[in-house]
Amino acid sequence: MAMPYYVSPEQVMKDKADFARKGIARGKSVAALTYADGILFVAENPSATLHKISEIYDRIAFAAVGKYNEFEQLRVAGIRLADVKGYQYAREDVTGRALANAYATALGAAFTESSKPFEVELLVAEISADSVELYHITYDGTIMDREGHVAIGGSSDAITAALDSRFDASLPRDEALRVARDALSTAEERPIDADRLEVAGLDRTRGRRKFFRMSGTEIAAALG
Amino acid sequence: MKLSGTDPFDLAGPSFFALLQREAPEQAARVLTSAQSSGMVDHVDGTTVIALTYGAGGDQGVIMAGDRRATSGNIISKRDMRKVFEADSWSAVGISGAAGPAMELAKIFATELEHYEKVEGNPLSLEGKANKLAQMVRANLPLAMQGLVVVPLFAGYDPREGVARIYEFDAAGGRYEERRFATTGSGGRDARGSLKARFREDLVREGAIDVAIEALWDAADEDSATGGPDLVREIYPLVAVIDSGGYRELADDVVAERVRGVIDRRRQ
Repeated sequence: MAMPYYVSPEQVMKDKADFARKGIARGKSVAALTYADGILFVAENPSATLHKISEIYDRIAFAAVGKYNEFEQLRVAGIRLADVKGYQYAREDVTGRALANAYATALGAAFTESSKPFEVELLVAEISADSVELYHITYDGTIMDREGHVAIGGSSDAITAALDSRFDASLPRDEALRVARDALSTAEERPIDADRLEVAGLDRTRGRRKFFRMSGTEIAAALG
Repeated sequence: MKLSGTDPFDLAGPSFFALLQREAPEQAARVLTSAQSSGMVDHVDGTTVIALTYGAGGDQGVIMAGDRRATSGNIISKRDMRKVFEADSWSAVGISGAAGPAMELAKIFATELEHYEKVEGNPLSLEGKANKLAQMVRANLPLAMQGLVVVPLFAGYDPREGVARIYEFDAAGGRYEERRFATTGSGGRDARGSLKARFREDLVREGAIDVAIEALWDAADEDSATGGPDLVREIYPLVAVIDSGGYRELADDVVAERVRGVIDRRRQ
């Protein structure tokens, strides 16, 4: 009779974490930083249509790295949750914290229960009149409350280090974009052209829907 | 939150209305599917909404305007009701009929458009929006059979083609495109007569706004359920303009100014 090999739970979790981390490291990173009017997400993304950054609700945005099909599923699930909740209660009852918790729960459950964890890392941001909430959720469902700036993806440590020196929460949008672009180039050790950047964010001076996405020409103009 | 097991080829994919029916049926059932009780309940009716296009030659746009009265039987139940709603930044929906279900319809419809836009990354085409609204009116048919009829009016501007269009509906979910003008509600017939007499192909925006106010005035003149401009309480018709600049509503004092112009002309 064949006996199944015993594998310790520690080893199972470690293997899954290594697997997820490797998958995430293969993709491009996203940097998020607060600026004078809200929060800006900047990512190197050769595709102009397969977005890493997207709108979830009036004041809530989402950014992700890793496997596209997996975070796309999470993105749509988030939009559904937010829209149904906003319809059932009121628009201001939809919060970034609740959404981030839902993502953390879903990712945590998938990490422990399924044999293949999600190879994604997420950011959920919500802006209000005077503050920005920024949540960082990793592949295993760990949720962290971030302040100021954060980077996710393979080169996140290098980007964070580069951002640390130049980050200032009171910068205007275009200048914050230049800082983020420079941090991405430093981390990748090569220049990054404007047409390879995806830039979007939340701007509290806008109307009900705070989300904006910069077009290729706007990005090029801002980078000068 | 359901994550795995969602069918990528699910035909209801980016539809909020379908999502609501599936995931929170008790919410959708509240107004938009068959009511269990029989007989008609007392309810508030909203009345006249009109829409007309302008600038057939060049800079096109569409005006949607509604009076502010709501009635319950022969009682005036509200004097400042909103019947014109922003559906998204390029379209408006006007409602008439049973106010409760109609306002719910406008709210679900606006969410539907935004939901689609966020999930798909692109807004629906103007015709796609009108078709979606027709399906939602059709879903209300069981309630309509019991007297809670909802008949919306939909108008929008297609930024891709640069044209403005109006769509009329009937209670059974029929959808009819109208190139010039359309009306809905109890005063709709009188407003239609007024629009017929005043509409010209070469109207520009300001002229079209005056024609809209005149039409609502004529409707209020003949139909007791349609409210005219209330100069004492300073309640004026709600006028929305949709053109290449998107959806916007005229400020009360702008409409008041126009209304005074109409009154002066009628006095002479």
